[in-house]
Amino acid sequence: MSAQTAGFLALSSVRMATPLLLAALGGLYSERSGVVNIALEGLMLAGAFTAAVVTHFAHQPWLGLLAAAGAGTAVALVHATAAIRFGANQVVSGMAVNVVFLGLPPLLSGALFASTSQTPPIPRGELLPRAPVALAVLLVPLTWYVLERTRFGLRLRAAGENPEAVAGAGLSVARIRYAAVMLSGALAAAGGAYLSIGQASQFSRNMTAGRGFIALAALILGKWRPFQTLFACLLFGLAEAVAIQMQGAAGVPVQFVQMIPYVLTLVALAGFIGSSRPPRALGLPLAPREHGR
Amino acid sequence: MSGPAPALELRHVGKRFGGVLANDDVSFAAAAGAIHALVGENGAGKTTAMRIAFGLLAPDRGEVAVDGAPCRLAGPQDAIRLGLGMVQQHFTLVDAMTVAENVVLGAEPGRRWALDLAGASARVAELARELELRVDPAARVGELPVAARQRVELLKALYREARVLILDEPTAVLAPPEVGALFAVLRRMRRQGRTVVLITHRLSEVLAIADEVTVMRDGRVVAARPARGLDAAELARLIVGREAPPRIAKRPAHPGAPVLAVRGLTVLAAGGAGGAGGTGGRPRLDGVSFEVRAGEILGIAGIEGNGQSELIDAIAGLADPAAGGSSGTMILAGLAGLADLTDPEAAAGSRAAAGSMAARSIEPAVPPGGDAGSLPPDRDAGSMAPSRGSADTVDLAGAGPRRRRQLGIAHIPEDRHRRGLLLDLDLAENSILGAHERPPVAVGPLRGWLDRAAITRRAAAILARFEVRPAALGLPARALSGGNQQKLVAGRELSLPPRLLLAAQPTRGVDLRGSELIHRHLVALRDAGCAVLLVSSELEELMTLADRLLILHRGRVAGELDPARATVEEVGLMMTGGGAGGAQ
Amino acid sequence: MSGRPLARLGPALAGVGQALVRLGPALAPLLALLAALAAGGLLIVAVGDDPVAVYGLLFGSALSWPDGIGYTLFYATPLIFTGLAVAVAFRAGLFNVGAEGQLYAAAFAAAWVGITCAGLPAWLLAPLACAAAVAAGSAWGALAGIFKARFGAHEVITTIMLNFIAVALAGYLTRFHYRQPGDAILETRPIGAGAHLARLGSLVPGLPARIPLNLAFPAALAACGLVYVLLWRTRWGYELRVTGASPDAAAYGGIAVGRQLVIAMAISGALAGMAGINEVLGYRYRYYDGFSGGYGFTGIAVALLGRNHPAGVALAALLLGGLVRGGLFVGIFSEHVSRDLVLVLQGLAILFVAVQRLPGRPAR
Repeated sequence: MSAQTAGFLALSSVRMATPLLLAALGGLYSERSGVVNIALEGLMLAGAFTAAVVTHFAHQPWLGLLAAAGAGTAVALVHATAAIRFGANQVVSGMAVNVVFLGLPPLLSGALFASTSQTPPIPRGELLPRAPVALAVLLVPLTWYVLERTRFGLRLRAAGENPEAVAGAGLSVARIRYAAVMLSGALAAAGGAYLSIGQASQFSRNMTAGRGFIALAALILGKWRPFQTLFACLLFGLAEAVAIQMQGAAGVPVQFVQMIPYVLTLVALAGFIGSSRPPRALGLPLAPREHGR
Repeated sequence: MSGPAPALELRHVGKRFGGVLANDDVSFAAAAGAIHALVGENGAGKTTAMRIAFGLLAPDRGEVAVDGAPCRLAGPQDAIRLGLGMVQQHFTLVDAMTVAENVVLGAEPGRRWALDLAGASARVAELARELELRVDPAARVGELPVAARQRVELLKALYREARVLILDEPTAVLAPPEVGALFAVLRRMRRQGRTVVLITHRLSEVLAIADEVTVMRDGRVVAARPARGLDAAELARLIVGREAPPRIAKRPAHPGAPVLAVRGLTVLAAGGAGGAGGTGGRPRLDGVSFEVRAGEILGIAGIEGNGQSELIDAIAGLADPAAGGSSGTMILAGLAGLADLTDPEAAAGSRAAAGSMAARSIEPAVPPGGDAGSLPPDRDAGSMAPSRGSADTVDLAGAGPRRRRQLGIAHIPEDRHRRGLLLDLDLAENSILGAHERPPVAVGPLRGWLDRAAITRRAAAILARFEVRPAALGLPARALSGGNQQKLVAGRELSLPPRLLLAAQPTRGVDLRGSELIHRHLVALRDAGCAVLLVSSELEELMTLADRLLILHRGRVAGELDPARATVEEVGLMMTGGGAGGAQ
Repeated sequence: MSGRPLARLGPALAGVGQALVRLGPALAPLLALLAALAAGGLLIVAVGDDPVAVYGLLFGSALSWPDGIGYTLFYATPLIFTGLAVAVAFRAGLFNVGAEGQLYAAAFAAAWVGITCAGLPAWLLAPLACAAAVAAGSAWGALAGIFKARFGAHEVITTIMLNFIAVALAGYLTRFHYRQPGDAILETRPIGAGAHLARLGSLVPGLPARIPLNLAFPAALAACGLVYVLLWRTRWGYELRVTGASPDAAAYGGIAVGRQLVIAMAISGALAGMAGINEVLGYRYRYYDGFSGGYGFTGIAVALLGRNHPAGVALAALLLGGLVRGGLFVGIFSEHVSRDLVLVLQGLAILFVAVQRLPGRPAR
């Protein structure tokens, strides 16, 4: 492989990894605080759709990105309320979000644009530049700092490991978790936005194609730590980049190429899970508190 | 009464949980600068009362007062602000974080959003020095032994300048010398003018350290007085409501052949810093050897965390696969002539043929009816043929939990919620767990069909014999109180009936009457020829029930004592490795 | 503290409470569905249509005779199977999101048998094709079970990955080996006539044979009965439910948890696989890309609404089958609302069931 191809592949990997990284970092905040976030897929779709629609009308991609983050926060709030306030099973409520966003964007798209499968294409000049890629990477050390060196991070980590310790200190576990989940919504939706108005130029039905789950796998591989998650996302990004490169190659059926990221996820989960320990209180609903908030 | 207002008061507090009145018009006053003991047996309502005092629970009636002024507590943060601190029975520590991080959580030093870890460390070290507490601010809490973790909990309260400290059963997890060290700390706090409320059910502690005593029974306060002049007998009477119950009439044991022989059992800890539980690379069990004979109760004494759990798990076949591995042998003996427990008809036949026996076997079971509460023969569950010499043995290595159950090993688990019960399934389905693949429960060609009628009969019998209330078979296990849940689990395991019973904390959370019941059944089981391995953190229980007593310390057998003749001091000394005054 | 009248109020309320409790099991999911419909109504308004008209069209087209009911039952058939699949997995503590992939694998296997063994007589071919479907779905499900048991990999992620892989593999095999030449859509050659499942229309008077409702429907109902017996009357079902209730207690009680997980996923996959035969053997008589209208995902809603009980699953499948039928009509005939509304309704229903914290769901 020539140096040029290698370089191209590397850059491509980083670009492919960006939506994954944003979603995975979002998932990191949520899960480190103790709330499982299977809804990353649905959140990405919500963000992708919102970004495409807002950019189409406002002709400003950064506005679209902002709107996407807002939408993601709102949707995540629903999941957070179900999980925290109502104690719903977090995996089920997350899946509910995913199913809703399989259908909601096409429904709205059909009403707005008379096409349920895609939104209208956005001209080149109005798409997101490369900047979000760098921003996403910068978020990694920032996340490390937030978790390890700030009050919020300390409390967030405690909420995910032993919420009783947090409650005993007189803090509100619920408030911490709401904040974490809403943050995860904003980040995941931003990842989706980058998909629709950064990599592509429109929203199409189900365009995330499982990336939200791959992001979750990257998070698990990365042992819920920022830098390791970055490497995991780069790995998956590389897989996608390779898949795209191979698409033109003769003799390889397109379906096999399409399968690469998914097979890689399986292999990764099989190989590395054993040594990965999730936050201890992950997925457990808060015990009924006499003084509920 | 003139003088300064009490530091902490409960005034006519009432609290109900569903159908249970946990606190019934409770009034409590701890004088400032005193060490006040709140005493009563399990389930008396002490923890509930103090959780209300600390703001963790809202009372249905009544109020909390600090320094004489009534206050409204919306949560622990209000209590903390008023100068209260509480160390709960189950520590609320974050294992993955350091001591300093744990102590300052919620009141972190630093500007704005940043965290001043160095400052936190310094402050923690300073506090520890003041009270002569040994603690390393940078240590990860998950790696600390229990006594050290308790010190971290104390520091949490002191860091927030608590004037009143509530300690809920702090000595339950400490060895006698460590208790001494804790009491020394409490006395230093008293000298500093702080007030201490000590919840305990151990009379000796009350007499050793308390200035004042409040006794609770069945949710009510039955006495509140200075500790001076109080003696153990009177205290016991107040706690129990009558003369201390006579020790269970227990015939001397007639042990038969060994049923379980353990040789050189070693269990390593899970490797690496991420391993659960504190002591790094040291083996959890180190070359343990002993025998349990048919018809005897072997008691295992020791502070929690010295290998008892690992021992029970190893024999039950439930050792943690993530642990570092184990070595040594465990042999189950006395199988000759013993019909497979999976076939009760054959078992009944062999029992009838038990007339001719080898010399080393024990007497056949005394017909029931003599002892109140002894286990009547349960024909349905299959009977246990007395051992006939140890010609046939089975090496338990490689046998999974299923095989071990088939061989007749039953297990009352330490943690009934995690292992012993299916909280969302009903009582009937809970009562067959472990017996679900044998007749009479499972019948048919592949033993695939569940015989509903047999299940109902079996469940009803267990509920009746062990006084589980309410005895509604369709109720989910979650709906039972802790004590009733424990009786169900104990009843289920005792009714199998087993050849070897592993009983870990069998009366945890059970009130006096229920404990007596379980104890009687255990003794009856022993008399019927079963071998019982009893692990308990209640020395009283062990001394009463055990025929022989082994003490575990740091994973090794520190010694063997005769419970009839040994004193608590002797046992306590062995529990801590024989060195006096040295806390871990 | 309370006076006399209050004291008598207590027992009266208790009586009402008891009556409600007995209705309880059916009430909660119904409430969730109603809430979802209400929220959906708001959505319809937002999109610019009239909820009364839309819902009228939805339910009307689902309940008409013979086409409405016939098609509703036809769509309900695979949903019964996938609902049972998800429910059985839930009972074992697993969340099987992979019913979609499992039914694709099964459908393709059935079509493959139907094509390659086309010459065999009906009494042999049809059962053989069904057996292939069950085996393929079961294997695909067991794969996820093994990943969980052996590697601890969360089944939600693995089954979703396997979904994509199954569809891709089936697509590859169809395009390159079994393609019906000349057809625009990706589909296989037709299966042998012997594999066709008889339409109920040919057996039930009054039901026209043009409606694709076929033998798979009574088979689905029979499956409900079998699953009930398995779960509550057999030892294996008990072990499966105990594993789901508490893996620690299961291990303590002598149950091999890892094996139970794999078996549960295998059974689940087999049931999901049966969903494939409705379409392949009973309707189109071939496999084609994208044949499943998301039956696997809808199965999740069916299982949750049905509280993971076979009777509930059957009812919920009928309801959601009606929604599928109605959704198609709404998509065609309404101004602004597409059939994706049904997906949104499903998701909302799942959400509203989840917040009710009903027991019998996966632990984590």
